[in-house]
Amino acid sequence: MEYCEAGLRSPEAKRFFLENHTKPMLVIEAGKVGYQYWKDLWSYRELFYFLAWRDVLVRYKQTVIGVMWAVLRPLLTMIVFTVVFGKLAKMPSQGVPYPILVFAGMLPWQFFSTALSESSSSLISNSNLLTKVYFPRLIIPTSSVIASFVDFSISFVLMFLLMIAYGVWPTWRFVFFPVFCLHALAVSIGSGLWLAALNVKYRDFRYVVPFIVQLGCYISPVGFDSGVVPEQWRLLYSCNPMVGVIDGFRWFLLGQENFYWPGFLCSTILTLLLLWTGISYFRRTEGKIADII
Amino acid sequence: MTEPMIRIENVSKKYRIRHEGRSKYVSLRDVIAGKVSNLWRKIRHFGADEVPVDSNEEDFWALKDVSFDVQLGEQIAIIGRNGAGKSTLLKILSRITEPTEGRITLHGRMASLLEVGTGFHPELTGRENIFLNGAIQGMSKSEIERKFDEIVAFSETEKFLDTPVKHFSSGMYVRLAFAVAAHLEQDILLVDEVLAVGDAQFQEKCLTKMSDVGKTGRTVLFVSHNMIAVKKLCQRAVVLDHGRSEVFNSVNEAIQAYLSQKSKMSGEISWPDQKSAPGNHQMRLKAVRFISDGQVNASPSVAKDIEIQVDYWNLQEGNPKLSLHIFNSFGYMLFSSTNFDFEMPPDAASSPKNMEVGIFRTSCIIPKVLLNPGQHTAKIFIFTGFPPDVIVEKTIAFDVLEDDHVRKGYLGEWLGAVRPILNWETHQLK
Repeated sequence: MEYCEAGLRSPEAKRFFLENHTKPMLVIEAGKVGYQYWKDLWSYRELFYFLAWRDVLVRYKQTVIGVMWAVLRPLLTMIVFTVVFGKLAKMPSQGVPYPILVFAGMLPWQFFSTALSESSSSLISNSNLLTKVYFPRLIIPTSSVIASFVDFSISFVLMFLLMIAYGVWPTWRFVFFPVFCLHALAVSIGSGLWLAALNVKYRDFRYVVPFIVQLGCYISPVGFDSGVVPEQWRLLYSCNPMVGVIDGFRWFLLGQENFYWPGFLCSTILTLLLLWTGISYFRRTEGKIADII
Repeated sequence: MTEPMIRIENVSKKYRIRHEGRSKYVSLRDVIAGKVSNLWRKIRHFGADEVPVDSNEEDFWALKDVSFDVQLGEQIAIIGRNGAGKSTLLKILSRITEPTEGRITLHGRMASLLEVGTGFHPELTGRENIFLNGAIQGMSKSEIERKFDEIVAFSETEKFLDTPVKHFSSGMYVRLAFAVAAHLEQDILLVDEVLAVGDAQFQEKCLTKMSDVGKTGRTVLFVSHNMIAVKKLCQRAVVLDHGRSEVFNSVNEAIQAYLSQKSKMSGEISWPDQKSAPGNHQMRLKAVRFISDGQVNASPSVAKDIEIQVDYWNLQEGNPKLSLHIFNSFGYMLFSSTNFDFEMPPDAASSPKNMEVGIFRTSCIIPKVLLNPGQHTAKIFIFTGFPPDVIVEKTIAFDVLEDDHVRKGYLGEWLGAVRPILNWETHQLK
């Protein structure tokens, strides 16, 4: 065949030809999933970094007061919560200064709420990518969670300043920091994946997200200590996965003694369940995303 | 013969079209409302043998049993009219969407250029966007670093590398975007009309780059409306027509087949029933048609005159007048033309030449080589006074096709909304 010979004249073309015998084969078929997908996910890991890097870059470029905002938001919320729950409602704080108690709870909560809002809208805001290029779609909502880590780190610095100011020192338990970070990450990604997929499928779902975040802030122990929940309701209360995370943060940061282990276990199991169902639901919707977005 | 680089076997893609939906998207509210109304229907028809089903949805096959092979180092064109399934095929090949049926086997890494500058972020600088866009197209960081200088040189944007691309001119933006795309090293390239960008000079550069890519033994699938570029770049072609494929071993044959395809647009709209035809008691529209080369044709060639005929019933003695507006595919009105003089308003009473009751035909000719290739729509006004009696909204579309002979080998897109042939003269002055 003429065209093939024409294509193979140059040495470069020969090189291509030879290389092709070792090239991996790819099969595209309806409903073809599984092994290939996870392999792809690994080979696209650089795109994951790049998208996360883009989100961080854009976030702090667009708003002049980007960093200021990351400082002001938790500080102002902390002041309001301290006044409302600590001073007006006179909630107990287990011997820890109330601002510190609130701030330790707000660290994971604010991470979760920004991560959730970012990742749930991430597919829609990247729809131009989704309809033009292939890559494992899981990259988009997960990489957008990473950008929330920047705000989280800024808040963490604030936390330390606050702790120094109040003379509260972390204990040996601080080594559990990564464990609870992972826990917070798992909750965020799990629920983020659910909402991202639902958001694509049902466009009015985006109205639900701010509601979840707002309501969640009050049903999670952000402004108060979860010890105020009556003992018989404690396990049920722990079905909110963020309860385990927030309690954990207070435990390793402030050295609170009465850590409620059954609740933490319950939170962890539910978090893993959330993550698992989130990933599998996302994977099921994934094939249709480009068609319906 | 070795294994083909790409083997496409009986690929089909089904879309579901919703008729009733006012909005493009499904909302949870509608889904819940739908479920409730279905339940209500079931209750109402309880005991009946057949429950009427909601028939708002219809299946549409964008592709049906498409099969062909692409060999190593081959450049193959995919041509077809708007809506023939080209984009769907590219989307399936580039794994953006899954086929409903069938199977595709690929040997090698593939990059798809369905659009240049995918994922460019206006807030990021040129440098940052090169990395981001490269990563999105599947390049590794080290690969981009290695090619960085080459990309920058090709794009001619060295001076603005650290400026956010939102401050770029559109030309610079496109050049940078194409530069990244042109330096992809994948074995298989899917290219969709990306050449229709930038100024003429840059288009030539892109085309040269594309044919260089082909010479290195890369496999290229090229989707375009630009038949001249197709002829230059490809050895074979696949013609798609309403989702079905036909493979041609010669590009010329394929282009012939493409040009003779029946267009979806019929080139004629008629209202056989006078009572339901648009209009009023004074006059009603009968038919509108486009004629090129002596026959009704919705896809006239650039090189041919286009006659527009408007037939109408004149129901009262009067003096109906016509006005024609032509729009291009961007919705931009190219020109308007009327068959009356503005000095004499189209007023039935004052007009000396009254037309009798009966059927009339008014026609005009759009001269050849005036409209640029692409889809156009016509809006027609008929009036015996103001306001107009009939306004045929922009429903009548026609597709002007490029002609090789008029272009004389120029490869790029012909710029501008229209392309009249002007008489050029040069005199020596001194």
